[in-house]
Amino acid sequence: MTKPLNVEHDSPSIAGHGATKSYAMQESMIVKWSLIAISLVFLALFLILPLVSIFVTALEKGWATYVASITDPDALAAIKLTLTVVLIVVPLNAIFGIVAAWAITKFSFKGKNVLITLIDLPFAVSPVIAGLVFILLFGAQGLFGEWLFQNDIKIVFALPGIVIATMFVTFPFVARELIPLMQMQGITEEEASISLGASGWKTFFLVTLPNIKWGLLYGLILCNARTIGEFGAVSVVSGHIRGMTNTMPLHIEILYNEYQFTAAFAVASLMSILAIITIIIKNFIEWKAKDE
Amino acid sequence: MELTLKKRKKNTIIPGFTMTLGYTMLYLSIIVLLPLSMVFFNTFSMSWSEFWQTIAHPRAVASYKLSFGTALAAGVINVIFGTIIAWVLVRYQFPGKRIVDGLVDLPFALPTAVAGIALATLYSPNGWVGQFFDFKIAFTPLGIIIALTFIGLPFVVRTVQPVLQNLGSEIEEASASLGATRLQTFAKVIIPELLPAIITGFSLAFARSLGEYGSVVFIAGNMPMKTEITPLIIMTKLEQYDYVGATAIATVMLVASFILLLLINIIQWYTNRKFSLQ
Repeated sequence: MTKPLNVEHDSPSIAGHGATKSYAMQESMIVKWSLIAISLVFLALFLILPLVSIFVTALEKGWATYVASITDPDALAAIKLTLTVVLIVVPLNAIFGIVAAWAITKFSFKGKNVLITLIDLPFAVSPVIAGLVFILLFGAQGLFGEWLFQNDIKIVFALPGIVIATMFVTFPFVARELIPLMQMQGITEEEASISLGASGWKTFFLVTLPNIKWGLLYGLILCNARTIGEFGAVSVVSGHIRGMTNTMPLHIEILYNEYQFTAAFAVASLMSILAIITIIIKNFIEWKAKDE
Repeated sequence: MELTLKKRKKNTIIPGFTMTLGYTMLYLSIIVLLPLSMVFFNTFSMSWSEFWQTIAHPRAVASYKLSFGTALAAGVINVIFGTIIAWVLVRYQFPGKRIVDGLVDLPFALPTAVAGIALATLYSPNGWVGQFFDFKIAFTPLGIIIALTFIGLPFVVRTVQPVLQNLGSEIEEASASLGATRLQTFAKVIIPELLPAIITGFSLAFARSLGEYGSVVFIAGNMPMKTEITPLIIMTKLEQYDYVGATAIATVMLVASFILLLLINIIQWYTNRKFSLQ
């Protein structure tokens, strides 16, 4: 689902070359503007209108209601839980991504392609199944259910379950960005650093990390967005306990199903702002990476 | 060349091989492989007839058809419009282009539940868009197709866009100078070059759509036999504590996803080979 960083966005287009302008090399103005119009109408119907409608519905009953909806104790608890999950999941998956990319790109070993495919696996699994597998492991009737119950450890329908299910879903994001990037960069710089006497850690922090910083940040942003928004997997393992195990998306679902549309869209608007910030940062990183 | 390179990598002086590979395997096993194997492990504890009765139940079969059909329809819509959008973004200049380009990523960044309630409200019979139609869109398979189109669009645009960008103008010039019209050049020169990317984008969008839950549940209506997608069947069975049934359906979905993943890998392998031969 992710794309390489080195995509150039504003490369000169064919249509811009005056010398090659001819009927056979270029579409007529009618075709050109029709295609632009089709694109814009399609994007308006599927992307822009939904986004606008979120903010309009959220503010329908005025600013006071809006503020009340997002400062409601249950909403605040949901925001806090979502932030907690992000603070645990994103760093862990980032460390995994860096370690996995190091192992895969700095050494050659058998079965490397199988390993890469296995890392990608969570992308091919439905979020609902991602939740189900942890019920099968840690639920009351699950493999470790009895043992967990005897030792009074709660995983499913509690924070650990939400964290681990989210970890599964967002598992490949950082690794996926770093592997192609580090493959392209090769190993010569690290070899030079090591042979000049630097330690492995020093080489990583002073040579590798500066080289991969934009790719890493890009992966972090995508991982973060998905962690905040994950719904299906979390829905299965959370147990929907208000004020306790409800993340922001689950809180929106409950409000919506109770016909509290304004409140649901108010929380949704907060998440939309986060999504817009994500897109802006993502574009900034792409622009920065291209610049260097 | 190939051999010496491999030999050098094997005798590399870079440290950390055992540690990093070990950690990768451990983390992968705990978070992904062990949990996923539970689905197959639990399925093997079912009898064959029990398994078959669950997965061949009319309600389940109706959901496979619905999930497959709507994902296919959304995929086709995205291939057509996604390719046009990628074309417009690469080849033309127009005001607001940068914003439009950034906006394409919205489905990646916006939580699925947020997209779900927004689309359901827009396309409901008295919503902003739904009111203009005589027929129902939300709470019918049409609504599911709209949600899946939303989710899948960036997959197609973002796979076609870079390929189109790197497509040299030489082949188009050659085609034009040999007397082809613009339409002929487009159909016989450009489209074949884009095809592998289009197919990859389609498969990625299709795979995501098969398992999609958050954006669909709100707009689908969730009527058994009519608008009930397969992930929702798993969800319903879980809510009734029917873990065995949920696992059986999950097995069908996992097998379908793995076959799709294999196909995507084969297409990519084939494309890479084709390009390396050139």
